[in-house]
Amino acid sequence: MSDISFVRTEMLPQQEPPASSVGVIGWMRENLFSGWLNSVLTVISGLFIFSVVGSLLGWAWSPTWSATSLNECREIATGLGHEGHGACWGVIRDRWVQLLFGFYPPESYWRPILAFILLAVALAPVLFSDKVPGKLIYLTAAYPFIMPFLLWGGTIWGALSAAAGFVIGYFVYKAVEKAAGSLAAVISAVVAAVIWWLFLAAPVTGGLTAILPIGVEPVDSRNFGGMMLSITIGVVAIACSLPIGIVLALGRQSDLLIVKSLCVGFIEFIRGVPLITLLFVASTLLNIFMPPGTNFDIIMRVIIMATLFASAYMAEVIRGGLAALPKGQYEGADSLGLNYWQSQRLIIMPQALKISIPGIVSTFIGLFKDTTLVSVIGLLDPLGLSNAIRADSDWNGIVWELYGFIALMFFVFCFSMSRYSMYLERKLRTDHH
Amino acid sequence: MKKSVFLGALTVAGLAAGAAAAGTLDDVKARGKLNCGVTTGLVGFAAPDANGHWDGFDVGVCRAVAAAVLGDPEAVEFVPTTGKTRFTALASGEVDMLARNTTWTFSRDVDLKFEFVGVNYYDGQGFMVPKELGVSSAKELDGATVCIQTGTTTELNLADFFRANNISYEPVPIETNAEAQQQFLAGACDVYTTDASGLAATRATFENPGNYVVLPEIISKEPLGPLVRHGDNEWGDVVRWTLNALIAGEELGITSANIEELSKGTNNPEINRMLGTEGTLGEMLGLDKDWAKNAIVAGGNYGELFEKNIGESTPIGLARGLNAQWTEGGLLYAPPFR
Amino acid sequence: MTTLTDPPKESFRLSMLIYDTRYRSMTIQVVAMIGFMILIGWLISNTAQNLQDLGKEPSFRFLSEPAGYDINQRLIDYDNQNTHLRAAVIGLLNTLLVAVMGCVTATILGVIIGVLRLSKNWLIAKLMTIYVETFRNVPVLLWIVFAMAVLIETLPAPRDFRGDNPEATMKVLDTVAVTNRGVYVPEPLFSNSLGDVHLFGASSFRFDISLDLIAFLVALGLGLFVRHKIKTRANRIQEATGVRPTTWYLSLAVVALPVLAVFVALGFHLGYPELKGFNFRGGIHMRNSLIALWLALSLYTAAFIAENVRAGILAISKGQTEAAAALGLRPKRIMSLVILPQALRVIIPPLISQYLNLTKNSSLAIAVGYMDLTGTLMGITLNQTGRELETVLLGMLIYLAISLGISVVMNWYNNRVKLVER
Repeated sequence: MSDISFVRTEMLPQQEPPASSVGVIGWMRENLFSGWLNSVLTVISGLFIFSVVGSLLGWAWSPTWSATSLNECREIATGLGHEGHGACWGVIRDRWVQLLFGFYPPESYWRPILAFILLAVALAPVLFSDKVPGKLIYLTAAYPFIMPFLLWGGTIWGALSAAAGFVIGYFVYKAVEKAAGSLAAVISAVVAAVIWWLFLAAPVTGGLTAILPIGVEPVDSRNFGGMMLSITIGVVAIACSLPIGIVLALGRQSDLLIVKSLCVGFIEFIRGVPLITLLFVASTLLNIFMPPGTNFDIIMRVIIMATLFASAYMAEVIRGGLAALPKGQYEGADSLGLNYWQSQRLIIMPQALKISIPGIVSTFIGLFKDTTLVSVIGLLDPLGLSNAIRADSDWNGIVWELYGFIALMFFVFCFSMSRYSMYLERKLRTDHH
Repeated sequence: MKKSVFLGALTVAGLAAGAAAAGTLDDVKARGKLNCGVTTGLVGFAAPDANGHWDGFDVGVCRAVAAAVLGDPEAVEFVPTTGKTRFTALASGEVDMLARNTTWTFSRDVDLKFEFVGVNYYDGQGFMVPKELGVSSAKELDGATVCIQTGTTTELNLADFFRANNISYEPVPIETNAEAQQQFLAGACDVYTTDASGLAATRATFENPGNYVVLPEIISKEPLGPLVRHGDNEWGDVVRWTLNALIAGEELGITSANIEELSKGTNNPEINRMLGTEGTLGEMLGLDKDWAKNAIVAGGNYGELFEKNIGESTPIGLARGLNAQWTEGGLLYAPPFR
Repeated sequence: MTTLTDPPKESFRLSMLIYDTRYRSMTIQVVAMIGFMILIGWLISNTAQNLQDLGKEPSFRFLSEPAGYDINQRLIDYDNQNTHLRAAVIGLLNTLLVAVMGCVTATILGVIIGVLRLSKNWLIAKLMTIYVETFRNVPVLLWIVFAMAVLIETLPAPRDFRGDNPEATMKVLDTVAVTNRGVYVPEPLFSNSLGDVHLFGASSFRFDISLDLIAFLVALGLGLFVRHKIKTRANRIQEATGVRPTTWYLSLAVVALPVLAVFVALGFHLGYPELKGFNFRGGIHMRNSLIALWLALSLYTAAFIAENVRAGILAISKGQTEAAAALGLRPKRIMSLVILPQALRVIIPPLISQYLNLTKNSSLAIAVGYMDLTGTLMGITLNQTGRELETVLLGMLIYLAISLGISVVMNWYNNRVKLVER
C-alpha cells in the first residue's frame, strides 16, 4: 500500500466533445433550435416546406409525357385513379420547341442558336477580360453585324455594307484629320457614312447580291416568337441603349443648361411612365408619328420603344458609374491637357463602364423580364404563346404546366445572370482594395 | 460604340418591310405574301399548331384570298392582333386585311374608316351558365357575376341588355377566352357571355359539356366578317368576291373534290364564269382567270371550311343555323357571278 | 486649370463659335435646341399628315360622351351612362388604391424578409433566400397571372356555400366569406347616418364624402391630440423627477372614448355578407382581381425591398451592434432601436424607386381584369372610341404625374430623415 498515488501521472486522452455540440446534432442545435422562437420558426417552416413540396411532387409526378391532348391526359389520370389531379406534361413535349423558337423555320434553328452562342463568346472579352484571349475583341466588334444577319437572314452583303459604312467613316476621318483638324474630320466622317448608308449601300448591296448571291434564307421578324423573341428584344434593346444611355448620362452631367434639361426631361419622362404604355405607343401610335408610308413591323416598333425605355435606365446606371469615380480621375485627365472627349474616351468612360457592368446586367435582367409585357399587345412571346396554345382545341384548359415551364425558363436565365453579376461585383470590389 | 449600327441596320430592315401605298393588290402581288390579321388564338377560328401552321375558319378566309391573288394558300403571313391593336394594324397598313371575328358596326365602318366586305359568320351574343344554377332565361340573372371578354362590342351589349331589363350584374372583364373559360369553370363567375359561336366552341372543350347550358337569348346581332381599309376599292373587291366565291361555291356544289373536273367546263354557265372557263371575271378583278378555283382549292368551299374547322364533326360542333345557304333557310346569299 | 494670363483680345470671328471654348458651349446648345425643335416639328407634322389621311381629327370631345360600359370596382359612384372621363377617374382611383395597398404590404413584407434573411436560423435564412431569388427572377406579369389562377382554382365558389351540407363555410365566426370571386368582409354601417357631402356638383370629378367618416376622423384626431399632450406632460415630469407617471390607461381612454361616443351616437353596427341569389351580398367585397394584383405586386416588390433592407443592415458597421449589446440590449431591441433606424437612411432611396416600380407595374392589371387606368382609359375607352392618340397620351401624362408625385413626396421624406452631415 505504498505506491498509492493521488496525482495522475499521465494525461487522460482528450474526450470527444459532447454529442450535442458537434456533428449533425450540434449543427442543428446551433442553426435550427437555438432558442424557443427559432425552434418554433424551424418547425413551422419545415412543415411548410414539407406540405408545399409534397403537394407539388404529387401533382408533378404524372406519367403523361406522351399524351397528345388534354383529354388523353385526363384518361391517363383516371386510369391511374387520381382524377383531376396531376400534371399534363404532354403539352410541354408537344410545344416546347415552339415556346423556345416561336414560328422560326425549323430547318434554320441553328441560326438563333449560333447567334446566341456567339453572343456569349463576343461578350466574353468584356465580361471575363482576364480569362480569354484579347483577340476575341474583334469578334465583339463584328458581332453587331453578325447577329442581325444570322437572325433575320438575307444576303450577307447587307451586313457587310452596313459595316462598310463604319470603315468608310474611319478612312474619311483619317484623311480629313490631317488636312482640316479633328472636328471637321468627325463631321465629314459622319456625313460620308450617312451618305453611304442612305444612298449608296442599297444599290451596291443589290449589285453584289446579283453577282454573288451569298446568304441565308430571310426570316420575317414576325416569325420570331417564344423565348427567342424575348431574348432578341432584350439583347438588341440593351445593346442599342448602351450608346444612347452614355450620351444621355453625359448630357445629364454636363453644364450646358439646354442639353442637360433635354436629357433630364427625356430620362424622367421614360422612367415615369409604365413600359406598357410605351408598348401601346409602339403598337398603336408609332406608325402615326412616322412619315406617311413608312411601315415598321410590330417587332421593330417594340424594339425601338424598348430601346428608348432601356436607354433611360441605362443612363441612370452609367451616371451612377460616373459619380462613383473619384474626382481625382477627372482632375488627372484635365491636368494631362486632354480635352473633354479625349478624357471621356481614355480615362473616364472605361472606368465608369467597368463599374457600371453589374448595374447594366441588372438593367438587362429587368428588361428581359419585362419583355413578357409584349404579350399584352399581341406578340407571341412565351406568355402570348401560352394563350395561343390554349386556343388549340387539344390543349384548351391547360394552365399550370405552361406557366410553370415558362417561369422555369425565365428563372434559369435570370438567375444565372444575376449570379454572374454578383460574382462580378465581388471581383470589382476586391480590385479596389 | 460600333453597336449603334444595330439601330441603323434595323431601321433599314424595317423600312424594307414595305410601305402601304394606294394599291394594296399590287403591293400584295409585289410582296408575294398576304399579310392577314387574325386573333392571337381562338378555338376553331384561328390558332397555330405545334409547327406554327395556322388553322381555323378565319384563317381559311385568309388562305383563300392568298390563293386567289397569289395562287398559293401558304403565301400568308399571319399577324396576331388583339382587340386593341387590330384596327391600328389595318389602318397603318401593317396588315392587308383583317379576318378576326370583327363585328360589322356603323361606327367601325363609318367613323373608323374601314370597309367590311361581307359576313363570313353570323353570330350573336349569348350566355352560358352551369346547369345546376337552374336558370332558363337571361332575365333571371339578376345579381349574377358575368365574365366578359374585353376589347369587343360584348361589354356594351351586355350593359345595354341589363339596363334595358333593369337588373343588376357584376362584370368581370377578361382579356382572353382561355382565362374566361378558367374562371367560369372554377365558378368565379356564374355566367360567361361572348359570341354564341365562341360559347359553343368553349363548351365543347369542357370536361363535362353536359353540365353547362347556353341560354336561348341572343342579345345582339354580330355579323362577323373580313374588313379592309376604306378607299382601296380594287382590293376590297378582291376580298369581297373571294368570300362570295367560297359561299357561291357551296351553293353551286363546287367542292375541293370535284373542282378539277368542273373546271374543265360544265353546262352551268355560272360555274363556268366563276372557274374562268367562260368570261373574264378574273381579269376584271385584276387576277388570274382561275382565281376562284384557287380560292376554293385552298381549303374547300364555305361549307367545307365550316365543317372542317367548326362544324358538327369537330369538337366544337357548331350547327349551321343562320350560316346555312339561303336555299336552306340561312342568311348566306352570294350575289350572282355575272 | 485657369491660365495665368488672359488670352489676347481678339475680334470675334465666326470660327470661334466652334473652336473657342467660351462660345462652343453656346453653339452646342443652340444646335441641340434647333435639332430638338426640328425633331418635334417633324413628329407633329407627320402625325398631322397621318391623321388627316386617316380622316381623324385629334379631339378630346369623346371624353364627355357616355362610356356605355360597366366597371365592377368603383370607389365612387359610376354607371354606364357616365362619361368616358368619369370612367377614367374611376380607373385612376383604382390604380392609386392598389398602388398604395401594394406599397404598404410590400414594405412590411420586405422588411420582415430582409431581416429574416440575416437570421441565424439556417432553415429560415435559406427559405428567405429561395423566396427572394424565385420572386426576383420570374417576370411580374407571370406572378400576377399565377396569383389569379391560384385564387380562382383553390378557393371555393359561392355555390359551394349553398345547401344543407355545404362544402365551404364562412370564416371568423361566420362573418367573412372567402370565395374565388373575392373576399367579403363585414362593413361598418351607421343607422343614424349624417349623410354625405357632394363635391364638384355634376361634373365628371364629383364625389361624395361621408360625414360619418369625417365625424370619426375628427374624434380620432381630437383623441390623438390629447394623447400627445399627455405624453409631453409625462416626458416633462420624467425629465424633472426621473419617474415616469403611468399614462397608458389615460392615453387609451382619450383615444378610445371619443371614437366610441361617435360610434354610439351614429348607431354603428356591422353589415355582414350573406349569400343571396348568385352572390354574397352586403359587406365589403374585395375582388379577386384586386387581391391577385395586390398579392403579386407586394410579393414581387417585397423580394426587391428585402434585398435593399439586407444591404442597408449590412451597411451598418458591426460596432453599432456590439455597442448596443454592450449596453445590455437584447437582439430584438438592437435591431429595432439601433440597426433599423440607421439602416433606414440607406434603404429609403432605393425604396423610392421600388415604390415607383410597383406603381408602374400596377398597369399590368389588365392581365387579371382589374379596371385600373390602363383598363378603362387605355383599354375599353380606347377600343370603343378608336382614339388611340388621345387616350394613350393622356394616360401617359397621368402616370407621369403620379410618378412625379411619389418622387416629390418620398424625396421630401428622405431629406427629412437624412443624417445631417457636418
